[in-house]
Amino acid sequence: MTAQLPGWKSLPPGAVITRPGSTVEYKTHDWRTLRPVIDQERCIRCRLCWLYCPEGTIIELDKPYTTKAGRKYTRTYEINYDYCKGCGICAQECPAKAIKMIEEVR
Amino acid sequence: MAGKKKLPLSGNTAIAYAAKAADVDVISAYPITPQTTIVEKLAEFVANGELNAEVIHVESEHSALSAAVGASAAGARVFTASSSQGIALMYEIMFIASSMRLPIVMAMATRALSAPINIWNDHGDFMAASDTGWVMMMAHTNQEAHDDVILAYKIAEHPDVLLPVITAIDGYFMSHTIEPVEPIEREEALKFIPKKVTWRVLDPDNPVTMGPLGTPEWYYEFKRQQHEAMKKAREVFDEATKEFEKTFGRNYEPVEYFMMDDAEYALVAMGSVAGNVKAYIVREARKRGIKLGLIRVKLFRPFPAEEIAEVISNLKAVGVIDRALAFGSSYGGPLYGDTLSAAYIRGIDTPIVNFVAGLGGRPVTFHDIKTMVDATLALDGKTRKDVPKEPYFIGVRE
Amino acid sequence: MGRFEIRWHGRGGMGAVTAAELTAMAAVKAGYYAVAFPEFGAERRGAPVKAYTRIDEEPIYEKTPIEEPDAVVVLDSSMVGQEAVLHGLKSSGWYIANTAKDPEEIRRIIGRDDVKVATVNATKLAMEVFKAPIVNTAMIGALVAATGIVPLEKVEEAVRDRFPERYVGPNIKLLRQAYESVRVVV
Repeated sequence: MTAQLPGWKSLPPGAVITRPGSTVEYKTHDWRTLRPVIDQERCIRCRLCWLYCPEGTIIELDKPYTTKAGRKYTRTYEINYDYCKGCGICAQECPAKAIKMIEEVR
Repeated sequence: MAGKKKLPLSGNTAIAYAAKAADVDVISAYPITPQTTIVEKLAEFVANGELNAEVIHVESEHSALSAAVGASAAGARVFTASSSQGIALMYEIMFIASSMRLPIVMAMATRALSAPINIWNDHGDFMAASDTGWVMMMAHTNQEAHDDVILAYKIAEHPDVLLPVITAIDGYFMSHTIEPVEPIEREEALKFIPKKVTWRVLDPDNPVTMGPLGTPEWYYEFKRQQHEAMKKAREVFDEATKEFEKTFGRNYEPVEYFMMDDAEYALVAMGSVAGNVKAYIVREARKRGIKLGLIRVKLFRPFPAEEIAEVISNLKAVGVIDRALAFGSSYGGPLYGDTLSAAYIRGIDTPIVNFVAGLGGRPVTFHDIKTMVDATLALDGKTRKDVPKEPYFIGVRE
Repeated sequence: MGRFEIRWHGRGGMGAVTAAELTAMAAVKAGYYAVAFPEFGAERRGAPVKAYTRIDEEPIYEKTPIEEPDAVVVLDSSMVGQEAVLHGLKSSGWYIANTAKDPEEIRRIIGRDDVKVATVNATKLAMEVFKAPIVNTAMIGALVAATGIVPLEKVEEAVRDRFPERYVGPNIKLLRQAYESVRVVV
């Protein structure tokens, strides 16, 4: 891997990153030991996980969902597992206890 | 350039005049003796409309240099100044300024480090900065102190360098001493150092990230770049001083040689004590027929190892005066360490001996210099194997 | 002329440092090399202050305190006769004092027959001009009158450069009065 990275002569001085948004190329999922899983049945769509996530990895989707009890939602919350570091803040904050941290198996 | 008006200026005022001539945009500093009157004078220039700059008042030197880093990252020509504990408090940010490759210029009025508290001169603070990645110069006249600031921007902002620069003077011995100085006017200065942003800056239209995380896959490459930038700084120093001489008529070299043409012995020194050595050479040594010269190190980082080694190779014995101590080191004084490695790495056998003198503002007198010269002369006919392994502590009470 | 070294003794607030600087400025204007520096420390009002002026026809390299002055100038009459003021004063050097006493009496007080003495009542002159004992320009007047080290008009030029407009007139008046009223014994 290291062999393909640019050498010191071709890097911009001062470690300036000249291309905006390049962080998307840096996937941080392998920092995770626990993986958050949202139980769509229990989720009340309060949006608190979306608010608290320090990495912005909770995705709000215009995707309808109907619970087994017949409750209809217009939105669904899912997790971007490419960047989620598994910190567990979402599970801690969820008032409906709809997010569980389960062991990451790779 | 002869016949221009000379003003009687203290070292500090001479530096303030130079920063004004460089038309700096931001002055971010915190007062500390003996540097204070530099930024005091600059604040006065700003207050009375002679200089259009932002003076940032901060709560500490750590913040002073942090604000300087921010302003430089935004593309401003930035100036700051400090001494002693102020430099110590800046230490963390000094590495950041140099690794972010920001061409900040800082004047340093050198002063001893606490404890015990001491406001007087030595090189403890200067030497503590020697591995921070800044280009470092030390003047020994107020004219040179003035000129160094102009030179510093020339070197710092050169696209091949982009490193911060320290221009140092000795606290009190220079900072508070009045000497005739021919100040450079703004128009002349700006022809020599045009205001052009040569480094990558923060700009909403061209967003960049500065100061990111550098993981083990990346960090080392940037350190290797800094090493190269220091080497470039030496080339640019040589070009800049040549152009400076053409423009302003004053010549500066990384190393000043005084009475070295026929010298058999030399003292190596930096700063005001070099003046005392010169006076001793002219008024005493040469009158007694001793072929003594002075090697004054002006550029300390990057260290002019090549030329110092070369001049030493022709001498019978050399003494190095340090106004600082590298406690527990294999050599003693830091200037001695650099001089020794410069010579011995090139296989030069000249005996080189170390003198530690003038710590905490203790004057280095004619008598002290005579002691050092005598000890250097005593090494005539000896080799580096005969050099005392401990420095001579000159002027300390037993 | 060779080298001429002056040590100034006063108390914080009297202007000893400024006197040292003005004299250096005047010397530079007269074509000499000159440097001036205070004794380094935490300056404060009322504390004893030393300042130095070094004048030479040749470039001045050293940055060391003056140990053997050619002249000492005593700005504070209460310091006349003090050991520290006489320290290192060269034989046939100048002892220049702010005092109402005549120079012969000062020479008796300091007990040095080998030095030249000049006196001027700078405090009285300064009180008349400034209503305050700011004696530094008066003492420069006495120094240049006694020693001839720098022409008076060069000191006047230095005063014009150094002080704001409104202080120039009174300072030059004081300088000239002291220059003319100095009493000397050689």
